[in-house]
Amino acid sequence: MNTETAEAQERHVLTITVDNEAGILAKIAGLFTARGYNIDSLTVADITDNHEVSRITIVTHGPPSIIDQIRAQLERLVPVHKVVDLTELGPYIERELALIKVAGTGNFRVEALRVADIFRAKVVDTTTSSFVFELTGSPDKIDTFVALMKELGLVEVGRTGVVGMVRGNQAA
Amino acid sequence: MSIERSGAEILVESLVAKGVEFVFGYPGGAVLPIYDALFGENRIRHILVRHEAGAAHAAEGYARATGKPGVVLVTSGPGATNAVTGIADAFMDSIPMVVITGQVPTGLIGTDAFQEADTVGITRHCTKHNYLVKDASELAAIVDEAFHIATAGRPGPVVIDIPKDVQISLAHWTGRAPQRRTRYAPQTSAPATDIAEAVAMIAAAERPIFYTGGGIINAGPMASRLLRELQVLTGAPVTSTLMGLGAFPAADPAWLGMLGMHGTYEANMAMNKADLIIALGARFDDRVTGRLDAFAPYSRKIHVDIDRASINKTVRVDLPIIGDCAIVLEQMIATWLAAGHGKANLANWYEQIAGWRARNSLAYPDRGAEIMPQKAIERLYALTRDRDPVISTEVGQHQMWAAQYFHFDSPNKWLTSGGLGTMGYGLPAAIGAQAGLPDALVIDIAGDASIQMNIQELGTATQYRLPVKVFVLNNEWMGMVRQWQELTYESRYSNSYSDSLPDFVKLAEAYGWKGIRITSMDDLDAGIQAMIDHPGPVFVDCLVVKEANCYPMIPSGAAHTDMILYGDEVAGTMDDAAKALV
Repeated sequence: MNTETAEAQERHVLTITVDNEAGILAKIAGLFTARGYNIDSLTVADITDNHEVSRITIVTHGPPSIIDQIRAQLERLVPVHKVVDLTELGPYIERELALIKVAGTGNFRVEALRVADIFRAKVVDTTTSSFVFELTGSPDKIDTFVALMKELGLVEVGRTGVVGMVRGNQAA
Repeated sequence: MSIERSGAEILVESLVAKGVEFVFGYPGGAVLPIYDALFGENRIRHILVRHEAGAAHAAEGYARATGKPGVVLVTSGPGATNAVTGIADAFMDSIPMVVITGQVPTGLIGTDAFQEADTVGITRHCTKHNYLVKDASELAAIVDEAFHIATAGRPGPVVIDIPKDVQISLAHWTGRAPQRRTRYAPQTSAPATDIAEAVAMIAAAERPIFYTGGGIINAGPMASRLLRELQVLTGAPVTSTLMGLGAFPAADPAWLGMLGMHGTYEANMAMNKADLIIALGARFDDRVTGRLDAFAPYSRKIHVDIDRASINKTVRVDLPIIGDCAIVLEQMIATWLAAGHGKANLANWYEQIAGWRARNSLAYPDRGAEIMPQKAIERLYALTRDRDPVISTEVGQHQMWAAQYFHFDSPNKWLTSGGLGTMGYGLPAAIGAQAGLPDALVIDIAGDASIQMNIQELGTATQYRLPVKVFVLNNEWMGMVRQWQELTYESRYSNSYSDSLPDFVKLAEAYGWKGIRITSMDDLDAGIQAMIDHPGPVFVDCLVVKEANCYPMIPSGAAHTDMILYGDEVAGTMDDAAKALV
């Protein structure tokens, strides 16, 4: 669409509460594919005791007009209860969890542990020549940590994608 | 009192409870229990089609002509996939439809069983919603919700996929409608402030125009009446999309004709020069807007639509109003009257419009004894208009000519595949409409290529004694394809000639229809009259001028002001960027 080139790209974090029914994730992911929207990350898990409602967090980017369309397209799906654009709504927190495996000996190993300490990463597995760190934080923080670990023997990274929530004492 | 009934019986009872009169379908292994439940059932009439695509289009035609949801019943695998085109068509054109598909037994799902297809997966993005029923006890509630979803808000198709074991298994049936789940409740009326702002904008406009679409038809006949009322109050002229024809009477002096790619010069120029566009149940489709950055550059825009996702999708509007057209129109009329607005002086605007009208953009050359296709439609209209006929079409040149030269004064008379552009839609749609309106004159205006896409449905009309008429404008070409090849590919007619056409008259007769061939102007009126007078189904093969093209035309990707009129010079090449447009 020609509006895409004209408008600046924005990163938005959306939370979507949905009926936890078969195919709902395919429906939402497929909507993004079919209409050419971007998914930077997507997380989903059910959030009620009776497993009836799931919360999906999607990080997307695009020009404001497309972000508005994404929201409208999501809202008209029958199993979708609510779509909240956290970026639009105001102050919010976003967190991501990562597992980072680093292998090395000697100074590399010591330095990796020191950096992990600074980032408050937890060691969740170790051998004499490796660590697996667990790190929680904003995607930026994890990016920075992973970049540092590349110099210290990074082997593997797993990330959950973002979950987000609005600040304050109210639900969004 | 609660009794045990099979899933198939619960389904049938639930359909009866929803007031379903007709089911358009085709049996097969995975729906045999449902067909057995339908055996001897006289509360629901089953129309056996000849191909599942025909079932879906027939249900669409029924829905469009009667305003009630259409119901389809097909088997698993190929039954479901054959129906997909009709489901996608209904999705694009917002037609309320409930499609029941059989599925292999639950235990076989995912094993590549015989006639297994992932129907829910395949139809996920061309339905408003779909279900795979896991338990017969859920059926009644699902059917109830499916009809609600299909008809509420922006209408559309809903698929219910029922595994064969669920059809057979027993569940409690209370005989009462189950409690409705209320998770789907679209907004139907607009805030008073928005309405007041809209009314003030209309009252202040010097060059206003109503741009109406299928949403007016979908909102029910009341919306069409209210549109006329608001038009009288405001005096603004009216144009409509292909899907909205009939909402405003074509006989009214404020009617500008259809807009868009094959719309009238006056409609497109008025859109271009307007200072206010009031879009009612229309979605700024690319066939309407042409080049987006040149679309209606001088206007502010009000957009009324029940689907929020239709607003600001392609064209930015100044005042979005989410709501049902009928309700919003009623709100607008009440607010207009309460504010004491009089009709604005639009004399200058109408004078400008009269100038565009004088170009007579629908003029076409006379070819003596040879039948111009436009003339055939004009005569068909003249000879049938007192019968207030229902017209369906296929897709192509004949469809555009029908939209241009057949005029509609009321809604639900015009059945056409607008969004998806499905060749083969018209004959089954006419059959569905005729089933719902047994006394109406129902005519499928068709082309020689399109009619062959679902021609097997001739047998359906014969079987159910449906007196459908098919009027083929036979030019021995896929005319619209040839027209585009002429305009953009230096007349390299790649595969657009209708070679090896059947003898349509003999073919019709073989199916038990009356066949009529019209070959010259001398027998055009008599042929049409004979078609009308025959009480049964009639197939008219009307041989028309082969090289006639459909004008006026805005070439794809051009602006409204760049229309080609009939007599204009037409270039034979386009650059690659233009060729990439559709």
